[in-house]
Amino acid sequence: MTTPTLAVEVLRAPRAHPANATFLVSIGVVALMTLAAIFAPFLAPYDPDQVDLAALHSGPTPAHWLGTDALGRDILSRMMFGARTALLGPLLVVVSSTVLGILLGLLAGWRGGWIDAVLGRIFDVVFAFPSLLIAIMAVALFGKGLVAPVIAMSIAYAPFVARLTRSLVASERSRPYVSAYRVQGFSGRWIALRRVLPNVTPIIGAQSTLNFGYVLAELAALSFLGLGVQPPTADWGAMINEAQAGLVGGYFLPAIVPAVAVVIVVVAVNVIGEELSDRIGGAIA
Amino acid sequence: MTALRRVAGKLGALLLTLFLASLLVFFSRFLVPGDPIRFLLRGRQPSPEAVAQVTEQYGLDLPPWQQYLSWVAGILQGDFGRSLQYRQDVSTVIGERLPVTVGLVVMAGSLIAIFGLIAGIVAALNRGRMLDRATLTGLTALGAIPSFVGSIVLIAVFAVQLGWFPSFGSGDGGIDTVYHLVLPSIALASVFIVLVGKVTRSSMVEQLGREHVEVATSRGLKRGTVIRRHVFRNAIGPILTVSGLLVAGLLVASSIVESAFGLAGIGSLLVQSVDRLDFPVVQAIVLLVVTAFVVVNAIIDILEPWIDPRSAAGAGAR
Repeated sequence: MTTPTLAVEVLRAPRAHPANATFLVSIGVVALMTLAAIFAPFLAPYDPDQVDLAALHSGPTPAHWLGTDALGRDILSRMMFGARTALLGPLLVVVSSTVLGILLGLLAGWRGGWIDAVLGRIFDVVFAFPSLLIAIMAVALFGKGLVAPVIAMSIAYAPFVARLTRSLVASERSRPYVSAYRVQGFSGRWIALRRVLPNVTPIIGAQSTLNFGYVLAELAALSFLGLGVQPPTADWGAMINEAQAGLVGGYFLPAIVPAVAVVIVVVAVNVIGEELSDRIGGAIA
Repeated sequence: MTALRRVAGKLGALLLTLFLASLLVFFSRFLVPGDPIRFLLRGRQPSPEAVAQVTEQYGLDLPPWQQYLSWVAGILQGDFGRSLQYRQDVSTVIGERLPVTVGLVVMAGSLIAIFGLIAGIVAALNRGRMLDRATLTGLTALGAIPSFVGSIVLIAVFAVQLGWFPSFGSGDGGIDTVYHLVLPSIALASVFIVLVGKVTRSSMVEQLGREHVEVATSRGLKRGTVIRRHVFRNAIGPILTVSGLLVAGLLVASSIVESAFGLAGIGSLLVQSVDRLDFPVVQAIVLLVVTAFVVVNAIIDILEPWIDPRSAAGAGAR
């Protein structure tokens, strides 16, 4: 019985699945947001912190496409600069939690035994702390901003990645190709890192893409609570926090624009993640 | 006998998890480099009385493991130390704010149970049809709205624009409080309705495809009876498990919703205490949330064989 490795099947998979429109639009949305974030200094029509006392709480006008906030700052420009922290934070968390989680999961799944048992117990304890709670605790210890929450959330998300990696690695270990390498005298570490790891990475990658959306929403929530990125820095969550006072006065735009942006990015990232895991899942089945 | 041993084992695991979690909550402070007194009194006048109080409260003149033991011993007697911002006992400060959070979580929990189950059951019974796809799309859309965005939108539409509900505070008690908590509980419940709805659907769909359901139907039992006795009863295990996992999420998300709606509960107290550098209160609330989560999950775990006897049979066969 020759089962092609996962990597081969994933490469084959896209042909079986014609790209659907939602998926492509989602990729477009994320690409657009990323470009807006990177090139914000060149694209933004105004300085994000520039106060215009003549245009406080202006609605959408030709001068200010998305209006201005309570201090007369241009919302579109603030959105572009705000996309930087909004996207960079989750990116750092997803990358570091994935790397950490893969290492721990590989260790637990490949070695098994007491290492597996100890790591499993540690993961259980971390699971009892919701990621947002760990982030809040980190702020209480190390102060407000993006650094402490990003590190805390990386630790909070790593066990999810690790548990997935562990189960995948444990089932890969009993596949014929692993024993084939063993018989040929390859070391366990070499097989684990060079053959097993590449086979399980696509599934973990798809899962991590889904995590990106959750992390983005949680980091934005933290800034909304006033514990994350601090005003006057333009950040989506912090913008909503600042705009909250104006809501009661009927000034919805400064709060709604960043809120909608958060939802759009979360939806787009989730669509991409679901589609990726569908393709990979289809390839395994 | 085996049931007793199983319960004892679960209780042991519960205590171990609680013990490890308490270690984490207590010793997290040691991650901060430098003088603990300076950390605890950040942003405050380090007057001799304040220094003496913090030293006494945390037993800073003792070795770390004794500090931990006296902290735990205090907590077991309901003594969480003193709040730095209120100059009151932490337990008093938390006790005053607990009713609002409990009310909010109970109302949100009811919404989650009602709408999550209805959405899941409706979708499952119409699986593959329009109504199923519409429900799933609706749930997915709802799931993409974080609770702080939900709060903002609800305030803008139903409090400011339409003026149907208040946007701030928890009212004067009784029915007025319920009225004040309507929008917050919707904001809190929405994301979790999605989870319960999706799990209910998939768990029901799985049961609907089983042979025993076909047998029951072919024996001529009424559809309602089949759904209630043979499908839903069997599908309830995963739904309960997910509900247990929601507890911690609900409590943490309540800090967002309470802050957005100006409710004086323990969620907004947590945020405010972080903001005002009141570490004893932060520590106490984090420990409470984690304890609630671990205990609720242990209860569900322990009760499972009685709710779903198959899980006990499966465990025995192994």
